Amino acid sequence: MTTLPFSPAAMQRLLAFAGLVALVVVFSIASDNFLQTDNLVSILQATAVNGVLAIACTLVIVSGGIDLSVGCLMTFCAVVTGVVLTNWGMPLPLGILAAIATGAVCGGVSGWLVAQLRVPPFIATLGMMMLLKGLALVISGSKPIYFLDTPGFEAIAQESLLGAVLPALPIPNSVLILFAVAIFASWLLSQTLFGRYAFALGSNEEAARLSGLQVKRWKVAVYAVGGAICGIAGLLIASRLNSAQPALGQGYELDAIAAVVIGGTSLVGGRGSVLGTLIGAFIMSVLANGLRILNVPQEWQTALTGIIIVLAVYLDILRRGKD
Amino acid sequence: MKRRLLLLTALLAATAQAQQTIYIPLISKGFQHQFWQAVKAGAEQAGKDYKVRVTFEGPESEAMVDKQIDMLAAALAKKPQAIAIAALDSKATIPLLRKAQAAKIPVIAFDSGVDSDIPLTTASTDNRAAAALAADKLAALIGGEGEVAVVGHDQTSRTGIERVEGFVNRLKAAHPKVRVVTVQYGGGDHLKSTEVAKSMLQGNPKLKALFGTNEGSAIGIVNAVREMKRSNVTVVGFDSGKQQKDAIASGAMAGAITQNPVGIGYRTVEAAVKALKGEALPKAIDTGYYWYDKTNLRDPKIAAVLYD
Repeated sequence: MTTLPFSPAAMQRLLAFAGLVALVVVFSIASDNFLQTDNLVSILQATAVNGVLAIACTLVIVSGGIDLSVGCLMTFCAVVTGVVLTNWGMPLPLGILAAIATGAVCGGVSGWLVAQLRVPPFIATLGMMMLLKGLALVISGSKPIYFLDTPGFEAIAQESLLGAVLPALPIPNSVLILFAVAIFASWLLSQTLFGRYAFALGSNEEAARLSGLQVKRWKVAVYAVGGAICGIAGLLIASRLNSAQPALGQGYELDAIAAVVIGGTSLVGGRGSVLGTLIGAFIMSVLANGLRILNVPQEWQTALTGIIIVLAVYLDILRRGKD
Repeated sequence: MKRRLLLLTALLAATAQAQQTIYIPLISKGFQHQFWQAVKAGAEQAGKDYKVRVTFEGPESEAMVDKQIDMLAAALAKKPQAIAIAALDSKATIPLLRKAQAAKIPVIAFDSGVDSDIPLTTASTDNRAAAALAADKLAALIGGEGEVAVVGHDQTSRTGIERVEGFVNRLKAAHPKVRVVTVQYGGGDHLKSTEVAKSMLQGNPKLKALFGTNEGSAIGIVNAVREMKRSNVTVVGFDSGKQQKDAIASGAMAGAITQNPVGIGYRTVEAAVKALKGEALPKAIDTGYYWYDKTNLRDPKIAAVLYD
């Protein structure tokens, strides 16, 4: 066997990245309106919420779990922030803290259900998804909560700190937050004990246990960090819409998981990267944006996205088969 | 002893009263959206006015036809005096409604009709006519010509289809120089509708106006126009809600069509009560729709049908 110039994981990311570039090229040729600064900024912005959720999913998935509750957890955190800021009139930093803490606690509970009570992750987080969906409606009284009394809240996602310094780069804060979360999660996975253990849990939990790893504790930690990241997604969507919409959220988990698998993370666990997920999330938003710009009917947009997901995973299987 | 007897009689009387209270369950299409909350409020008001017991329930999403049928079956099992339904699918509920008919339970349809003559009447908005009014207003706002686009909320539900068709057909018939270049769907989801509207604006630089077929769609368009700084684009919406009202007050949205959700709920329960009294009902009750903009936002007649 010839030596590859890159590691297999890097190969997969390269493949995904090549796919992303190909999509951009195709859409640029098909429409003059695609490759424009404004539109590229729009694509970046449209990736923020799904990208952050997908990163949360990536952490859980590499550890051998799954989190179906990410969409509803995002909404629940947004509603909690709404209650803290609008209904209780607390200052902005407390609202931000509330979202992240709520996410961490709910994620931690899912992790505890999985680790301690041995509820399968699919079931534990499905239950969590429904619980949070219901609770978001309960605490909001089934009504959206607006952030009109907290003028700074809108700035979290919508304004552009970078644009204030470099007017040529009007990239909204939500995108900067996405990249910050990606860098943080990537560091966490590749440079820390947390990451090493997450991969160990995902590739062989029994071996990890036998080598003395405190499996339960680290599992809870993985779900809790994932949950905290969902809290950040909650802040992003609430700020973008300047309201916490309690009925949104279900279905977002599927987009997030799709981005994760397009990016080459294995659903079985033990293999994956944040960079891959980020590329996967961009592929999804470029596809959606480009097809809409071409005025492709909605039903075909959905069908094509399905084909791309399966194709991406199939290419990954093919390539790994050769290794 | 005497007191205890009195208490017992009072208790018995109360139970008898409860048994006599007329029970009318309303099976709705949903309950989460502000629109349904307003329908529910109207139904409950009528329940108070006519001294009947009203319950209101619906599935979580407007795609859950099967869940709604289960709810209808459960409601019928409680042997109500009358029943009201906003059918998600105009045919799927018919077998159960036949059962209701056989049990002599009057059926009232609301919001959407059923393809059957079992419902004694249907209390709803004429969605095609309402969307046609939006088309007329939008055409006038852009001077009778130019490219426009639609952000729809649902490709398969009756309101979703009728509003898009009503709008598109009216433009074709009465405003031939106004061309609908694309219709896309955001599921009524505020964020998805925002992304949909942004791509439409990007892909069609000559767009003069956009029409959103429900609250989430309309707010998505407002967000998109703001984020892309295309304030010369005219936005026309549907339904109300705080953000839509604010957008109209600030000029970000030119105007919108509102239905009368409180009226839909009220007239539904009222019709059920009339049916139980043996009164004749018209085949359809048009609960009305109105155009509202900056000029009449505070008009008491309009303010009464808007909700936050």
